[in-house]
Amino acid sequence: MARKDFDIITDWINPNSRILDLGCGDGSLLKLLNVKRNVSGYGVDSSIDKTIKSLDNSINILNADINDHMGYFKDKSFDFVILAQSLQVVENPVLLIKEMLRIGNEVIISFPNMGYWKSRLYLFFKGEMPVTRELPYNWHSTPNIHLCTISDFKKMCLINYFEIINEVVYNINGKDISSSYFNNLNGVSAIFRIK
Amino acid sequence: MHVKEKKIHINKPLELNSGKILKSYDLMFETYGELNDEKSNAVLICHALSGNHHVAGFHKGDEKPGWWDNMIGPGKPINTDKLFVVCMNNLGGCHGSSGPNSVDIETNQTYGFQFPIVTVQDWVNSQKVLMDEFKIIKWQFVIGGSLGGMQALQWSLDYPDHINNAIIIAASPKLTAQNIAFNEVARQAITSDPDWCDGDYLKHNKVPKRGLALARMLGHITYLSDESMAKKFGRDLKKDKINFNFDVEFQIESYLRYQGEKFVTSFDANTYLLMTKALDYFDPINEAGFAKKMTQCKSRFLIISFTSDWRFPPSRSEEIVKMLVEYNKDVSYACIESDGGHDAFLMKNDNYFEVMRTYIEASING
Repeated sequence: MARKDFDIITDWINPNSRILDLGCGDGSLLKLLNVKRNVSGYGVDSSIDKTIKSLDNSINILNADINDHMGYFKDKSFDFVILAQSLQVVENPVLLIKEMLRIGNEVIISFPNMGYWKSRLYLFFKGEMPVTRELPYNWHSTPNIHLCTISDFKKMCLINYFEIINEVVYNINGKDISSSYFNNLNGVSAIFRIK
Repeated sequence: MHVKEKKIHINKPLELNSGKILKSYDLMFETYGELNDEKSNAVLICHALSGNHHVAGFHKGDEKPGWWDNMIGPGKPINTDKLFVVCMNNLGGCHGSSGPNSVDIETNQTYGFQFPIVTVQDWVNSQKVLMDEFKIIKWQFVIGGSLGGMQALQWSLDYPDHINNAIIIAASPKLTAQNIAFNEVARQAITSDPDWCDGDYLKHNKVPKRGLALARMLGHITYLSDESMAKKFGRDLKKDKINFNFDVEFQIESYLRYQGEKFVTSFDANTYLLMTKALDYFDPINEAGFAKKMTQCKSRFLIISFTSDWRFPPSRSEEIVKMLVEYNKDVSYACIESDGGHDAFLMKNDNYFEVMRTYIEASING
């Protein structure tokens, strides 16, 4: 399945960059970036199944928990540190983003937007935690412990002096609605580039 | 798969780390699969402390295959339909390569305790000699668990032009004080056995059986995990009740004694001393010239650890990973959930085998 956030990330990555992809899953983003941008670097994922898939994709995969293995990486040793659709599972997002900024020159984070109108209506009308296509878990079995809206994320950046260089919000059809005033309402997912 | 061991005599002197020189020596080895015309499918397996060159297949008449037969063979993760696999008994060993039980041609006497102390680096140098005999330029993979993994790491450092991939399993960049302590107790068990005869037991027609068995029993405890011992033996009794004496009462006691006694029939005490020394001395990261070696190192790496291994736990493998990441090397790492302890590297485990198979396949095809 083509992922919209992958296309946007690919656009932002310079050729021959050094990449660290946290929560890399099956390694398909790094594989794509290898082909399109000739990047080098590592993916990190705590799942052994994903690790095996990543090995099959011929990427460098480190099977480790991103919450406590950032000590592997030296200061400013990567051009980009990426966290694609995994922010919500991180134990301490601010701490991790600070580590990402220490390790990389720039940080790219994509996440599902809890401010999306369907999520709001779900909670408003059903009175239950939203279960959607993007976030298909029940509240008690979800790995997603730190869900946020686009506004929430921006507020966190402001408080912690993370400088937003670029942001893209897209709707359910994959259309870029970044410049829309209502992007926190209509956007299903957002990608931020910070430093 | 029936296999035969082969021995070659090397007449070229080998200078050892200790400064001593082996003027000539034997190397015992086995091979599996076919070396292709380009000689591009060669794999070196490095054995651990008590291992030997018989890594897979069956010797004629044997009921048990080589020590890593579940991993190596046709269609197995180290697939001998595609790969040519070589495994050699390390120098100082007791299974055919020159060691304490060989005759020193200088003195025409058995080496015994006089066999020079060998290091991981010495082993790698002697493996390179065997490689040259085959006229192989590059190992596609050098693979080993535990002490064998240390040899794979040493290969990547010492012969950057002769190795494409190092697979380092359940290993460590160096021993801790606790690791060395266990080795020292094992050595003391052997050397304090009166039948050791200051290392000259062969001349006296004796074998330090009790000492060697004790060393093996101690070692064995460190190869298993608390969980696996609990699962396998628990507090099960050999007879149905406690007898208030010092005979074998618990199953675990019986098992350890059996392991010790079995080991004595197939292993040499002086070899055990040498192997533990090689482990203790291994510390390539803190050797002079390491940084330069790392910049010249071209190998790709796969590092594997097991959650219940407390001899070389995942954190020790991760030290290797961290070091390789620091030098921007191509490295992948898998931490395998297992209750098998250190010995897990020898056991069948779906995730472990799939990691091996996938990495090897992707490397061959990539």
